[in-house]
Amino acid sequence: MLSKRLIVCLDVRGDKLAKSIKFVDTRDIGDPVAKARQYYEDGVDELVFYDITASREDRDIMIEMVEEAASRIFIPFSVGGGIRSVDDATKLREAGAEKVNVNTAAVKRKELISEIAAAIGSQSTVLSMDIRRVKPMPDIPSGYEIVINGGVTPTGIDALWWAKTGEEQGAGELVINSIDADGTRDGYEINLTRMIADAVGIPVIASGGAGKPEHLYDVLTEGHADAALVASIVHYNEYTCRQLKEYLHGRGIKVRLSY
Amino acid sequence: MITIIDYNAGNIRSVLRACGEVGAEAVITSDPSTVAKAERIIFPGVGAAPSAMTYLKKTGLDTAIKNAFKEGVPILGICLGAQIVLANSEEGPQECLGLIPGKTVRFRLKDKRLKIPHMGWNEVKVLQPHPLLEDIKAGDEFYFVHSYYPQPADEENVYAAADYGGDFCCALGLKNLFAVQFHPEKSGRLGLEMLERFVRWNP
Repeated sequence: MLSKRLIVCLDVRGDKLAKSIKFVDTRDIGDPVAKARQYYEDGVDELVFYDITASREDRDIMIEMVEEAASRIFIPFSVGGGIRSVDDATKLREAGAEKVNVNTAAVKRKELISEIAAAIGSQSTVLSMDIRRVKPMPDIPSGYEIVINGGVTPTGIDALWWAKTGEEQGAGELVINSIDADGTRDGYEINLTRMIADAVGIPVIASGGAGKPEHLYDVLTEGHADAALVASIVHYNEYTCRQLKEYLHGRGIKVRLSY
Repeated sequence: MITIIDYNAGNIRSVLRACGEVGAEAVITSDPSTVAKAERIIFPGVGAAPSAMTYLKKTGLDTAIKNAFKEGVPILGICLGAQIVLANSEEGPQECLGLIPGKTVRFRLKDKRLKIPHMGWNEVKVLQPHPLLEDIKAGDEFYFVHSYYPQPADEENVYAAADYGGDFCCALGLKNLFAVQFHPEKSGRLGLEMLERFVRWNP
């Protein structure tokens, strides 16, 4: 059986001034590759670098960072943020990213998913979805709506429909990021995660809301997620990856403990 | 010096970087004459067996690899490289390299909750000792991403298995050839240690 995966997300600001990890409160926790290496040694199963600069001229700095990460981290990692074309995806793959996350650009033109999947393979094409809870309505029967542009622009698109469409287009994996849960540290949005995980045949990564190890347990069991993504819970040194995984192991979840 | 064979089957620079990390000098080549002089070969790759075989035949790399195998050069196959060392594949009608008797087959999963590709970390269970599998303990996991797997005709060639809706072969070997379905270059410290053992391996 496959192990459940622990994934750490690093929001990277890759501009001319610095490559650094930034939080919403703009606290700087330093060099992303050094931080990634630390999580790698601590037993994280996969990493996500999210480019929060997203300006075209700064893409090259992101590519450099990916190359540097690939020469120091020997587990799979993905890159997201501002990916708009097959060329963007291919360059990141060539630089050493195992997977590429698409989000806003795919919502604007869904064929981008199939084009990227054709170029780098479905297993490397991740559809990242930012989702908020709304009152169920004819266009959004599931009561969950896709939002884009970093979670600020509502689209009127039903999240469940979009997850299935993403799978049909060739996405190999889905990231379910709950805008409502994000930053609350009150736990993942279990209902949303389970609803989508049960409706698709590809792995689902739960994102947003992790504040305690129990939250990971809940989303990996009740939420039917294949992987749990965390950020601040490890960035602020509240828990190590090892502690999170030992907790999960102690509650009977199969995780990778030998590393 | 390790010669990494590039046959247009996915991004293989991760293998080069992992060799660098374990202090092994390595080059990437798609030139059969470089392969003919190789001291040690890594045969990686992801993707489909039929197009890979077409490319290997077109370039003459197929003959170069077969010759290296006959001459006793240590060879490590990874992922697709562990599939096309067999005689044929369910993925297409092309003959594969046939260095080890057997065929590559697709997962047939009864449990609908199990997804294809088999992607992620899974335990590698050693079935018989091999220098490249030394130090692998119960519970040790490696990174997989594949929809097909190697099925050697002779159990003697099966060295390790992993469980995904039933056990399947994930490490196979014959003489100076060893091949793994998982990715040692993406499996953290345990994978890097396997590459180190390959560098020291004298079959």
